[in-house]
Amino acid sequence: MTFEPSDRVAEVPPSGIRRFFELAEEMDDVISLGVGEPDFSAPWAAREAAITSLERGQTSYTANRGMRELREEIAKDAKRWNLDYDPDEEILVTAGASEALDVAFRALVNPGDTVAVAQPCYVSYSPGVTFAGGEVLDVPTRVEDEFKLTPEVLSEAGAEDADLLVYCYPNNPTGATMNREELAEVAQFCREHDVDVLSDEIYADLTYEGDHVSIAELDGMRERTVVFNGFSKAYAMTGLRLGYAMGPSEVITAMNRVHQYTMLSAPTTAQYAAIEALQNCREEVEEMRAQYDRRRNFVLSRFEEMGIDCFEATGAFYVFPECPGDDAEQFAEDLLEAEQVAMVPGTAFGAGAEGHLRASYATGLSELKEAMNRLERFID
Amino acid sequence: MDHADELLELLSENARYSTADLARLTGLSAETVEEGIAELEAEGVIQGYTAIVDWDAVGDDRVQAHVECNVTLDRETTYRDVAKRLAGFPEVQGLRLVSGDYDFALEVEGDSMREVSRFISDKVAPLPEITQTVTHYIMETYKQGGYRFDDGGDDDRLSVTP
Repeated sequence: MTFEPSDRVAEVPPSGIRRFFELAEEMDDVISLGVGEPDFSAPWAAREAAITSLERGQTSYTANRGMRELREEIAKDAKRWNLDYDPDEEILVTAGASEALDVAFRALVNPGDTVAVAQPCYVSYSPGVTFAGGEVLDVPTRVEDEFKLTPEVLSEAGAEDADLLVYCYPNNPTGATMNREELAEVAQFCREHDVDVLSDEIYADLTYEGDHVSIAELDGMRERTVVFNGFSKAYAMTGLRLGYAMGPSEVITAMNRVHQYTMLSAPTTAQYAAIEALQNCREEVEEMRAQYDRRRNFVLSRFEEMGIDCFEATGAFYVFPECPGDDAEQFAEDLLEAEQVAMVPGTAFGAGAEGHLRASYATGLSELKEAMNRLERFID
Repeated sequence: MDHADELLELLSENARYSTADLARLTGLSAETVEEGIAELEAEGVIQGYTAIVDWDAVGDDRVQAHVECNVTLDRETTYRDVAKRLAGFPEVQGLRLVSGDYDFALEVEGDSMREVSRFISDKVAPLPEITQTVTHYIMETYKQGGYRFDDGGDDDRLSVTP
């Protein structure tokens, strides 16, 4: 007798990134623009807090919902986005924002429920819906809309009938952001059609033009939105695995029920690091943001010089240029082979990504310069 | 000039950024960048450009020392006067007036410990205003000008991640 994966697992195809990762790993001297995590280390004070917590032997489980002090800091921090959540009832600390999304799908999706997934997007949303027994509704955003979500693209995809909508702005992989007016239109659509929202705002601090706006602060949206955030991107704490969800207490309670039976509590050491990060590391976040912004300018300018169309990404640390070749997957493979530069084909990120490549600029400027020079040589 | 801070920050980070790179990074035109830097140089805000070198890495055995210097002043002599004399020595690579237990912090460089010692005893200590010197030889440099010498900068992230 051998093990067989469940139907739900079998239904989910392997990640498009995985295949490209395996190709890149086989090669030497690759300059990778395929990395979805900061090249900085977490601020030293946060690391120091983690070390100190270990020295003090603070290695036990914490409350399922996360340490109260951390939840209080998260609630305080959320006020920067005009969000007001009760640390006792409306915040859940998780092992990364990915876990928060997973428990949200499992807590909110019934078998057969439809979840509209705005795409291109982070690779885990659709599989997360499938694992929870839901049906994924692809909502491809369009390059002509600068990859923003609009009532039109929602209607075209048939999202009126969806139970949930999940999206991420600032967006991975496109770098698109949405302003207040644009979100207000989406909010109106959701209210009209009774669609609840899972808003992944993990890149909120990496917004380069204008201020980040959360849909949860718009009229009538707080009660139908769960906001996801974490420490991986802005605080460069990917490996510490710490995220959180904020939403109405009944949703957070339901999510916590899944979380308490699986994860029990988020990593304790990481929670101490996170408290320190929120209390004392804003300056480092700002410095990293300024560095990303300069690199963004640099990369966009180089694409323009090369004649490669690329809409002006305004958030996260990705740009999403149009592929200079006919087939983005083939182009990415050929570029990797010929010049050892890894850019991920857009198709790995779902619908609406055809003909694009994702280039991350979470890489040192000298590597970015060299990568752009190699790309230029390749397309000439 | 409006963009002075940004240009200064970038040049402090890497003085070898080309005009084109600075323009791309800041979104300014190449002309604006060139004019801005020329202005900063003319105003003496930018005093010079230098490389941060790990001399040990090329087997160079030059000796560097940090020298604490105490001085006594009179009505006719100011710190600036003493600093002028000290700064004139080519062995003195850095000179700062500091608060605390001593007055001047000198960075002195020579080909050997003997040469540095001789310089302190023959040239610095005899100056009439100098009352005391304490020399600390630099045994190893771990960080200078914001650069960590022992940091290989290895990128251990996976080459492709979500």
